[in-house]
Amino acid sequence: MSEPRWLEPSAPDWPERLDHLASPPAGLWQLGSIGPQQPCVAIVGSRRATFGGVEIASSIARDLAAAGIQVVSGMALGIDAAAHNGALEAGGSTVAVLGCGIDICYPSRHAELRRRIIAGGSLITEEPAGTPPFKYNFPKRNRIIAALAQAVVVVEATERSGALSTARWAADLGREVLAVPGSIRARQSSGTNLLIRDGVRPFLSLADLLDAVPELQTAIPHTTLDFVQARPGGGIERFSPPLREILARMGTQPVYPDQVGATLGLSPALVASRLGALELAGAVMSLPGGLVARTV
Amino acid sequence: MPVTVEADIANGLPGFTIVGLTDRAIQEARERVKPAIRNAGFKFPQRRVTVNLAPAELPKEGTGFDLAIAIAILRAEDQSILLDGLAFLGELALDASLRPVTGVLPMARCLAAAGIRRLIVPVENAPEAALAEGVEVLGASSLQRCVDYLRGEGSLIPGVRDTSPAGAAPEPDLAAVRGQAQAKRALEIAAAGGHNVLMTGPPGAGKTMLARTFPSLLPDLPYDAALEVAAIYSLRGTLRERPPTTLRPPFRAPHHSISRAGLVGGGTGLAQPGEISLAHRGVLFLDELCEFSRQHLEALRQPLEEHSVTVARARAAVTYPADFMFIGASNPCPCGHLGDAQGCSCEPRQLNAYHGKISGPIKDRIDLVVSVPRQEYREIFDGAAGESSSSVRNRVEGARSRRDRGAAHGNAALTGREILAAARATAPARRLLALSGERLHLSARGFFRVLRVARTISDLAGEDRVGEDALAEALHYRIEMAG
Repeated sequence: MSEPRWLEPSAPDWPERLDHLASPPAGLWQLGSIGPQQPCVAIVGSRRATFGGVEIASSIARDLAAAGIQVVSGMALGIDAAAHNGALEAGGSTVAVLGCGIDICYPSRHAELRRRIIAGGSLITEEPAGTPPFKYNFPKRNRIIAALAQAVVVVEATERSGALSTARWAADLGREVLAVPGSIRARQSSGTNLLIRDGVRPFLSLADLLDAVPELQTAIPHTTLDFVQARPGGGIERFSPPLREILARMGTQPVYPDQVGATLGLSPALVASRLGALELAGAVMSLPGGLVARTV
Repeated sequence: MPVTVEADIANGLPGFTIVGLTDRAIQEARERVKPAIRNAGFKFPQRRVTVNLAPAELPKEGTGFDLAIAIAILRAEDQSILLDGLAFLGELALDASLRPVTGVLPMARCLAAAGIRRLIVPVENAPEAALAEGVEVLGASSLQRCVDYLRGEGSLIPGVRDTSPAGAAPEPDLAAVRGQAQAKRALEIAAAGGHNVLMTGPPGAGKTMLARTFPSLLPDLPYDAALEVAAIYSLRGTLRERPPTTLRPPFRAPHHSISRAGLVGGGTGLAQPGEISLAHRGVLFLDELCEFSRQHLEALRQPLEEHSVTVARARAAVTYPADFMFIGASNPCPCGHLGDAQGCSCEPRQLNAYHGKISGPIKDRIDLVVSVPRQEYREIFDGAAGESSSSVRNRVEGARSRRDRGAAHGNAALTGREILAAARATAPARRLLALSGERLHLSARGFFRVLRVARTISDLAGEDRVGEDALAEALHYRIEMAG
């Protein structure tokens, strides 16, 4: 793991999605414990991000990681770093695609992040070892990010941001692109707002991403999905079968949890656990006197 | 602290004075000691008798000094009485026989710790005193016997240390409560993790019955913990209710009309242990929690946090252990019918005041809230008789052994930092927790409470890491005072 390896297109763990590119890399240098995997989503954005943007990026990454989705980004300052950090915090894996040699730490202040990415994911690059971070490497690097991911979420970007180049690459490859909207006065969101005006799907919650890329859902454990997907106003179809079963049993009248357990033959522990999950999803609320009622 | 009793007999007008910050019972000792000495066949000195109880600045109370005072006076006249390393406890009757006193066990332990090697007590107290280690206990039936022994002319009955666990009063069994599966589950979790519980439900739903079965879910106390409990009961003179060697955790359920002193300790003279100390290492159950006065509930705050209570008096502050599990029961509203078919007739302002009472001092210390619905609604579903206490207790013991931290209060006592480490939450569980912070507006404290309960649920399930299911279940029991 401490030694970079050279990954050729013939290797069994070569990410086949890279072959969708018109000019796929001849091979990749990889350093880390977990290589590129499916499902995978890219989170990209501005280097000079706002605090809010950094928070959003890491929160999305945490959600994705908790749902078992790999997060790919470019290890740049700002949004990229927040995405890697969020994924690692939630115990998920993350891949950083570099625009320099595998042995170079750029930006140098990310030495610690780099170490953690190697431990909980991997670094990859097509540049030979020792290549400095030349400016013209980055658009090339962006095409790899776009190709690896099943969808690209742009969190914050100005009109001239490199993140928009990643979005363009993704659109060319037929990957889904989503953009987090911002205020029309916010310079850091001007690029993402432009994307939305031009027809890119806005990202308001993880549910938007899962709607856009249904394949992501199949890979995710049901319960986690229930929580991240739950939005007020949806039907009960969005819940996993065990939770749906409880909701269906509850009907329109408030009931006692023990009644639910008795009719469904569930242990009190399971009833409590599922009701807790449904409360969290906003589908059930507790009433005084011990009753629970459906709110969807 | 051991008290030294010294006597001086001087020439002068016959008289008998006892000094040393004594209470009324000790002053009255003069009228017991004098006839007792005479009726035992000795002569009370017809001179000026001064008895001093040292250290002089320590307030002293009770009738337990009688024997020591009498012996001190007799020793002043009769050099053949030998007192090497001896201590005395006991109340004298007028006919010179010895009467038992309260608080013998803690006093014997304290004397042993102070280096006293032999202790003479009334025969009735001997078995209790003998439980203290490191001191030889002798039981005397009267003053004569005692003096004979001290002159080397007779023998006393040695106290035998009998540590075999005594049976306790039978505890009501969980199987006796029909239905209420959710409430029973919550009690099982509480027993396994030492969590404090609040049960809410309409009158007559079975809250009290459930609480009374709770001790039967708890494992036996370790011997030294049982001895601590016995020492407190001894101070209150209530060992007859509870044999000193019983290993069952105590259960106390004071009524809401109890005085503050009765609840947390106090009273005239030196403070007596209150109900919360009698519940030490066991369970304190407050039924009709909202009927307790705010001052009472406020007084529980310190003990709930520190597991001990300090009662300060002008001259001395006494600290008693009060490490108990708390179970509260309350109606959902003053009329008791909030949320049920009958409908609630309370004013909103009444409701606020009612819930405000719990929310202040107690809320922060309650880990689990469970609703106990009225029974009629579910009788039709009530086919099975339910599990017996002993099978639940097996699971509780299993969970506790899995996570033995030495403390009696288990997971409930883990600090924020400790629980974060101990939970070893899986990534989805962690995300769920973060999400619940946002959506359910959990405070940091609430956050840790949920995590502690989830830890216990995982312990019960034999799981090493806290997963989504355990966490979701813990969220269901979280405290929500809004409704």
